[in-house]
Amino acid sequence: MARFLPPEAFSAAPDGLSLLPFNLERTGTDQYLVANMVGDFVRLTSDELNRLIDLQVRPGDGLYEKAYAAHLITGSGQSAQRQLLALRLRSRMSFLRHVTPLHIFVVTLRCEHSCPYCQVSRQSTDRSRFDMSEQTAARGLDIVFASPSARIKIEFQGGEPLLNFPLIKTIVSAAKARSNATSKKVDFVIASNLALLDDAVLDFCKSNDVLLSTSLDGPADLHNKNRPRPGTNSHELAVAGIRRAKETLGPDRVGALMTTTEASLDRVDEIIDEYLQLGLDGIFLRPLSPFGFAIKTKQYEKYDGQKWLGFYERGLRRVLDINRQGTPFREFYAALVLTRMLSDRPVGYVDLRSPAGAGLGALVYNYDGSVFASDEGRMLAEAGDDTFRLGHVDTDSYSSLILSDKLIGVISSTLTQCAPECSTCVFESHCGADPVYHHATQGDAVGIKPLSAFCTRQKGIMGLLLDILENSPEDAAVLRRWAAP
Amino acid sequence: MTLPLYGKASTSVGFPSDNARSVIRLRSVESRAERHAADFALVKTSEQLERAIAANWGSVFVVSDGSIEKSFPMTLKGRMVAVASAYGYLQDGDVLGFDHLSRKFRALFRRNSAHNSFLVTERCNNYCLMCSQPPKDVDDQWLLAEIKDSIVLIDPATPALTFTGGETLSDWADFIEVLKSCRDLLRATSLQVLTNGRAFATSRIVDAWRDIRHPSLMAAIPVYASVDHVHDHVVQAKGAFDETILGILKLKDRGQRVEIRVVLHALTAPIIAETCRWIARNLPFVDHVALMGLENTGFAIANDAVLWIDPMDYREALGKAVDHLAAAGVNVSVYNLPKCVLSRSVWPHAVQSISDWKNGFVAECERCDEKASCSGFFTTGRPRFSRGVKAITSERHAVSATE
Repeated sequence: MARFLPPEAFSAAPDGLSLLPFNLERTGTDQYLVANMVGDFVRLTSDELNRLIDLQVRPGDGLYEKAYAAHLITGSGQSAQRQLLALRLRSRMSFLRHVTPLHIFVVTLRCEHSCPYCQVSRQSTDRSRFDMSEQTAARGLDIVFASPSARIKIEFQGGEPLLNFPLIKTIVSAAKARSNATSKKVDFVIASNLALLDDAVLDFCKSNDVLLSTSLDGPADLHNKNRPRPGTNSHELAVAGIRRAKETLGPDRVGALMTTTEASLDRVDEIIDEYLQLGLDGIFLRPLSPFGFAIKTKQYEKYDGQKWLGFYERGLRRVLDINRQGTPFREFYAALVLTRMLSDRPVGYVDLRSPAGAGLGALVYNYDGSVFASDEGRMLAEAGDDTFRLGHVDTDSYSSLILSDKLIGVISSTLTQCAPECSTCVFESHCGADPVYHHATQGDAVGIKPLSAFCTRQKGIMGLLLDILENSPEDAAVLRRWAAP
Repeated sequence: MTLPLYGKASTSVGFPSDNARSVIRLRSVESRAERHAADFALVKTSEQLERAIAANWGSVFVVSDGSIEKSFPMTLKGRMVAVASAYGYLQDGDVLGFDHLSRKFRALFRRNSAHNSFLVTERCNNYCLMCSQPPKDVDDQWLLAEIKDSIVLIDPATPALTFTGGETLSDWADFIEVLKSCRDLLRATSLQVLTNGRAFATSRIVDAWRDIRHPSLMAAIPVYASVDHVHDHVVQAKGAFDETILGILKLKDRGQRVEIRVVLHALTAPIIAETCRWIARNLPFVDHVALMGLENTGFAIANDAVLWIDPMDYREALGKAVDHLAAAGVNVSVYNLPKCVLSRSVWPHAVQSISDWKNGFVAECERCDEKASCSGFFTTGRPRFSRGVKAITSERHAVSATE
């Protein structure tokens, strides 16, 4: 029998080690958070970090094992470490294979609500001027079906899209016909306040598999304050609409979104309970965006990123309490970020990806035929800023829009993989570029990140999630379930 | 109880001395299946012998305490092998390898067993500290030739076959030819190949593997740690970790099925939670992960001082390991460990994995409610028992419920 060799015989030669790329952030006097190329986190002391950078690590010293398992070092003759990183990065970025899966049709800009935070500057009058024409819709569909994605989603927006319900029906039937002819699969969503929901609309949604997405800001007084309409019954109508839609279409065929206003900040528990009582399976705690009426009415200036983070954390902890008491209920934004942090499944969420989702993730066809790189981009245009207007359905094709200098310029200049502050950020793997937001708030698509509330929120949320994952085992188990495949 | 899978025939008649080995398939005397040149009538009584002669069997395989072969008519032309009644488990459809000169035989395939495995070679480029089948550097290519002859004799309804070693891919080109004959003859059989996976770091080999295209072929590959030197030490081969991981990636890149196997002992069990967290994060696309209790035989006995750890001492870590994998959606099983040493959370993953011919229970198990669904123990080598081995009874359920 040959002799067995001791552990030392299998250690790498010290000069055979090299570093792999990683980002880091100081989190305490002697603490660093370190992320490898695909966003796996480890915590190191400053001594450990310095030894790692100097490659003063040896098998058996603990740091070698920590660094090797986290793909921070490799033997120079080895290739598995690099191949694993390459494979995982490829998987994480594979959302790019589905180019422009989302197409938003603004079928009208009219609305019977008059929300002060409205981001799209709704109009109340003049049907002919603010409704999309059939001809514009048809040209929009030409562009939709020229996009390469095998599965696409058409979302109807407004204004209140149900004010132009006949056009929705026309578009759905035309898109279905084209879908059959091209084998491109199409899903439909109507983003509506549900005030105008009636049997005709429900029947239509049922027979055409159309999803409904609505706004619900919380308890009646808060919701109605945020979302005024004649009769002050927005909440009543929304709740009734959700109930009816769940009944007719099925519990998973209607979703609700909330927007946080200053008045919401102290009431996150009540807002969450409202969702829970309606039998919804989760909530998406969303900040207010700096667009449209939100700017004009100075709504946006009323709270900063930190205040919103406080609101978010209280909300998340409330959601975790609910889970601990045995009711499965999610915070959808956390679920999305956790999927990025705990797996390599591709997440192409339009508002949190790099390359940015503008154009590559979604195109917006405005009522007047102009085409925008994102929903927020058309909101800026309503306020006179055409930066994200890519063209017009009458004069452009899918490729002229997607390959426009404007879009390529915006996307290539804002890649988090290269942008200042982002490229070295420890959270880069899990974050995204938001050129429209930074253009709107700082006049520059890249933006100065330390001044960006977007950046404050992202880092705050990811820091919070990491803290729970590391320090609260029971809650961590819930969070891990949200990220499970 | 351990089944004797090999032995020496007491008598053999009619084999040429120029042909060193034959593969034999046993057939019941009444069998109406088309007779293959390798078929022998299986005879356990004198009455069966008479019927075999009446049915024109030219080849007869006798299992008896010696009385039947004595009455064997010397006038009969043909072949005869007689073995002791300890081999009474042999049945219709079983396949044996038989060495003419030494009269030694091995049961290669038992039709009624769910645990058929073929030893492909004893050569290996790893030298694992706990190897249950210590490698030998010998010319044993006859093993593969014997397997080739066996494949055509195996019941196509066989649910599963395992190929083990040594390193099964030592003569990869010849072995892949055998797998191709399984593709043609045993399409409904799940094939599991135990390999250290290092050969798959070579693209030419992994391409040849992909081209087998058997509908259910799995490469079962051991990964012992998330760190190179720990794995390399366990398998006693520097550079093995890098090749093994690369091999797994190349297999999955080509859409092949891969199982990761971790044998649990004092070098791997204390870090099992870390290893599985790493697998969940880096290799969640593997088809199965098996966490396996140690079979205390072969090198494991020689290295007992380095390897022995009571499963009770890694019970908690194993629970976490299973958690990490399950949470990432990875299919995970625990092999070879009795339920009494496992956390309840692990039970749904615990599998009765020990091959029937070397599986046993201890006296304590007789009072246990879970025995019927428990892995039990290995009977091979020098079994070591955990201090946690204890019957699980309804009273104990009640106690633990109030704990």
